[in-house]
Amino acid sequence: MTPKVVLVTGVSRFLGGHLAARFAANPDIERVLGVDTEPPPRDLLRRMGRAEFVRADIRNPLISKVISTANVDTVVHASVTANPAGPTGRTVMKEMNVIGTMQLLAACQKSPKVQKLVVKSTSAVYGSSSRDPAVFTEDMGPKDLPSSGYAKDAVEVEGYVRGFGRRRPDVNVTTLRFTNFIGPRIDTVLTRYFALPVVPTVLGYDARVQLLHSEDALAVLERATMHDLPGVFNVGGDGVLLLSQAIRRAGRLNLPVPSMAVPTVGGFFRSARLVDFSPDQMRFLNWGRVVDTTLLKKEFGFTPRWTTQQAFDDYVNGRGLKPLIDPETVEAAERGILDAAARFR
Amino acid sequence: MAGARVIPLHDPERDAARRARHVEVVPEPEQQQPETSDWERRLADLLSFARRRIAGDYQIDEFGFDRDLTENVLMPPLKPLYEKWFRVETIGLNNIPLAGGALIVANHSGTLPLDALMTSYGIAAEHPAHRSLRGLGADLVFRTPLLGAIARKGGQTLACNADAERLLSSGELVGVWPEGFKGVGKPFKDRYKLQRFGRGGFVSAALKTGVPIIPCSIVGAEEIYPMIGDIKALARLFGFPYFPVTPFFPLLGPLGAIPLPSKWYIEFGEPIQTDVFGENAADDPMLVFNLTDQVRETIQQTLYRLLTQRRNVFLG
Repeated sequence: MTPKVVLVTGVSRFLGGHLAARFAANPDIERVLGVDTEPPPRDLLRRMGRAEFVRADIRNPLISKVISTANVDTVVHASVTANPAGPTGRTVMKEMNVIGTMQLLAACQKSPKVQKLVVKSTSAVYGSSSRDPAVFTEDMGPKDLPSSGYAKDAVEVEGYVRGFGRRRPDVNVTTLRFTNFIGPRIDTVLTRYFALPVVPTVLGYDARVQLLHSEDALAVLERATMHDLPGVFNVGGDGVLLLSQAIRRAGRLNLPVPSMAVPTVGGFFRSARLVDFSPDQMRFLNWGRVVDTTLLKKEFGFTPRWTTQQAFDDYVNGRGLKPLIDPETVEAAERGILDAAARFR
Repeated sequence: MAGARVIPLHDPERDAARRARHVEVVPEPEQQQPETSDWERRLADLLSFARRRIAGDYQIDEFGFDRDLTENVLMPPLKPLYEKWFRVETIGLNNIPLAGGALIVANHSGTLPLDALMTSYGIAAEHPAHRSLRGLGADLVFRTPLLGAIARKGGQTLACNADAERLLSSGELVGVWPEGFKGVGKPFKDRYKLQRFGRGGFVSAALKTGVPIIPCSIVGAEEIYPMIGDIKALARLFGFPYFPVTPFFPLLGPLGAIPLPSKWYIEFGEPIQTDVFGENAADDPMLVFNLTDQVRETIQQTLYRLLTQRRNVFLG
């Protein structure tokens, strides 16, 4: 079923905004509504073209009126976010994520026109610990329920989405568990983290990181909206990078911090407004997380165009990150040493 | 996006420059003496390894296995230990298939799991296909800083059914030590007495994936650190499963950490086929128990046989 009227939440952020722009460019879709609490940045708004922006708070019952009056048949819930806005952002973020989802789902349940719900979730729902299997499949749960932050929000959001699916079995619900996004254009905690000149890591741990190019993320969300593909799917690029390897590929310096000092260092980076890491993201940097994407490829019918490594390299090149040690210098040194060795023979 | 800028894929100037550089580089080795000496080749390998590491230019798999690092950094130090110190003799390497999934089940001993390292090294060095043994380790290993990271890079992963089945079905050679800490940390008087074999999880993983089980018996590892005592209080303090006391540790401090140079034998037995039991064999607990016992008995009997053939702990 091709949707007629699509409502996208979180359009003032990268993913929601670009998704609305893609729908606006699709002539099969009659109307595109973008919802957020603040207007999108100017360039994003321009891209969104004929998509209409509705300044509304999804925590407010007003959203119900928007959905029913516009005859929305497809809702893309892309506003669940890991990036707190500003220093007091964490409480607001939680409210937006959890209460916002509850309100949105309540509104969807009330409106008989709604036929499809696409939810942007995260692979953070699997948690991250030393006792977890190396690769998560969709049917696995976390060993320790995430106790705070984004991961906990996402677990709760998914719980409400499951509840909604039970109460409205006629609605196709697609839950997409994304790995971390990366790309030249997207701005996330992780992209800011790798752009630091000296990247702090936890001493003695090397996380396995799986990434997804932001363009692939958009393509997956678009496909989920345009086709009927109910279910829960892991979404991530092929292949894995080690955190230390990624830092080297970005040409950054790695600063191992003993785990005891991690909260202090994290606090410093937060107060310096560099990177705002929550405890569950710190755990992610300890253990990392890899998800199985067989279902995505076989049932959902999508293979990411970028592997984890390619996506990361695209981010490094796109951001123009200059390596601290130039690879050509290294090669020159290598050649120099070999030449010197040859002379000694 | 304003007007797109055309970027030629083949910039004529750069191409010319590259060709010039090529011309410069290629004839060099010909002008020099035709054969480079061994140490020079080794230096070149070392340098190119260093360059790959600096640039992050290597591949790891989804379990975190870093083949480049394992072959160049983690394995070489084991060579003297394997060849000179323990003088390991492997028997029945031909029982390990050249390719495809297989599960090696071995006895565990020696206070520190050196037996796992020696088995991995032996297969990587002496098996005709030089296969990497993907060990399944306890979660304590992965919880420990540094050790956990290195274990993952060396190809180990957590001992759980999900990981075992994933490795086996992707055609890897998986090693498991089902006795776990009960085996490594058993007192010296109990040497070569197999402990309980877990809950048979390894058998159900092999049944599910239909790969052969290869029993592996290791003789010699029990004597490297004869554990004559266990300080429970210290173990609890550090969060270890045991705190060993050997004749030399902690008495001689770090010197006590030098293993005794016992002579080792590692024997790989006849593979036990698991694909003959049909589709849902893993759901039959009795079959799983019986197979577990069969594997355990095979290893125990092989241990006894190897022990009767051994004349001296240190000379073999």
